[in-house]
Amino acid sequence: MLDNTKFPNKIKMPDRAGVGYKPQHLDDILKDPKAIGWLEIHAENYMGDGGRPIAQLKRLREVFPISCHGVGLSIGAEGPLDMDHLLRLKKLENWLQPALFSEHLAWSTHEGHFLNDLLPAPYVQKTVDTVVDHINQVQDVIGRRMSLENPSTYVQFAETDRSEVEFLREITQRTGCGLLLDVNNVFVSATNHAYSAQGYIDSFPMEQVDEIHLGGHEVDADDFGNDLLIDSHSRAVVDPVWALYEYTIAKSGPFPTLIEWDNDIPEWDVLVNEAVLADAVLSKAKVGARS
Amino acid sequence: MNVGQKEFTSALLDPDLPVPQGLTDSQGRPAGKRFDVYRNNVVFSLLEAMQTAFPVIRKLVGPNNFNTMCSSFVRKHPPTSPILMFYGAAFPEFLHQYEPVRKYPYMPDVARLELARRVAYHAADVTPIKPEVLAEIPSDQLMESRFSLAPAMQIVQSDHPIVALWEFNMIEGAPKPEPVSHTALITRAEFDPEIVAISKGSSAFLKILQQGETLSGAFERATERDPEFDLSTTLGLMLQTQIITNIHL
Repeated sequence: MLDNTKFPNKIKMPDRAGVGYKPQHLDDILKDPKAIGWLEIHAENYMGDGGRPIAQLKRLREVFPISCHGVGLSIGAEGPLDMDHLLRLKKLENWLQPALFSEHLAWSTHEGHFLNDLLPAPYVQKTVDTVVDHINQVQDVIGRRMSLENPSTYVQFAETDRSEVEFLREITQRTGCGLLLDVNNVFVSATNHAYSAQGYIDSFPMEQVDEIHLGGHEVDADDFGNDLLIDSHSRAVVDPVWALYEYTIAKSGPFPTLIEWDNDIPEWDVLVNEAVLADAVLSKAKVGARS
Repeated sequence: MNVGQKEFTSALLDPDLPVPQGLTDSQGRPAGKRFDVYRNNVVFSLLEAMQTAFPVIRKLVGPNNFNTMCSSFVRKHPPTSPILMFYGAAFPEFLHQYEPVRKYPYMPDVARLELARRVAYHAADVTPIKPEVLAEIPSDQLMESRFSLAPAMQIVQSDHPIVALWEFNMIEGAPKPEPVSHTALITRAEFDPEIVAISKGSSAFLKILQQGETLSGAFERATERDPEFDLSTTLGLMLQTQIITNIHL
């Protein structure tokens, strides 16, 4: 059942480029707040009781729309969700009131051990059913729509019997959740598994997309000498990913777009430059939509 | 062949185990090196969390030894919560057992100090009382009052000079540690935790006060612990470090 009305997004996120917030950029961000449209934070970094991180976020939320991106809920886990963690997310959601809340199609916790990585799951009916139950629980407890992000993956499961897009489409149809389309992840997974990235975008349910991610990746090789791309968030977005992004936006119109850069974090100017590039693609689409 | 998350996790944390069969590349060939991406991500991301948490231990043993030691630690003690700001609670005990550093008995206590500092960093914000408030209370009433103390306040007891070791490794120009024993008081007035060495008497006093005892009761027991316990110096330190949040008369 498609139910988009149960949890509408309360605050409209601007169709502009945003960046992932890093504390070392705080002064630069506040010096020229118009340089970026919004900020994304990792939820788990703001789950202490107080201190500097929370004080900074309270200040930033007065200036910017915030997107809250969880990295620890383990929605793709075989076992139940960690209720304590879900309640921490609800507490954060309550005071922060972010414009968007997203999590990953991945698992990271098994039998109480948190592995701090986004691990893959097989695309079969059983996983769909588990993920649907988990997303329903998240949306009910937090009281809002969440967006589910497509992963970067490095292996395939022999048991997988459907495409990632088919898998995501059923989940969004049954839960009413939104999707976070990570264009770099599409490029990474398409390269790693030898399918067409453009074909993936063509079949993706863009009407459910709340946000787009762009980031950098590293290039390695597998045992057979084939390119193995690694989603590292450690460098600038590469040209083929920009091209895929332009293709997506030209086809589907503008979406709030995040520049993700979490490792080897650059100077603020370098990050803003990436945001300016994304904004240029977005404004072209906005002009196109008006004419 | 189906790969469950139990099997996936075991292989992830133990590089000597084979890559689970049923994980492949796009042509159905064994995943091999592809699985190592996940293995590396887990260890590297947790190593990074350890580097953030234990900068002094890292300086004491050197970055290479630290990485070797922590690679072993993170596989044996993966986090039990997605909140990595408090990861590493099992590290002091691990250091205590870890053969290569057993000749440095202060190491587990330094790790305890680093953990306590992080707890203080993320503790709830509170408003301290103004010094005048304390000064205006008649002394007989004050002695029978109970105090609320800031949740950021932490105490770490050691037989080693942990405060001097911390300062020597984190503050430029700090003097070389002398072989004495330290009890560390960690407080946080605004956002940055402060660490000072306090006497055993002050430590006992603060702990007892924190449990809800009256000032006179805490004074009595602190004096039993340490005959040289000095109440007015300790109260002065408490005001200076802004850890008194309320006085209940």
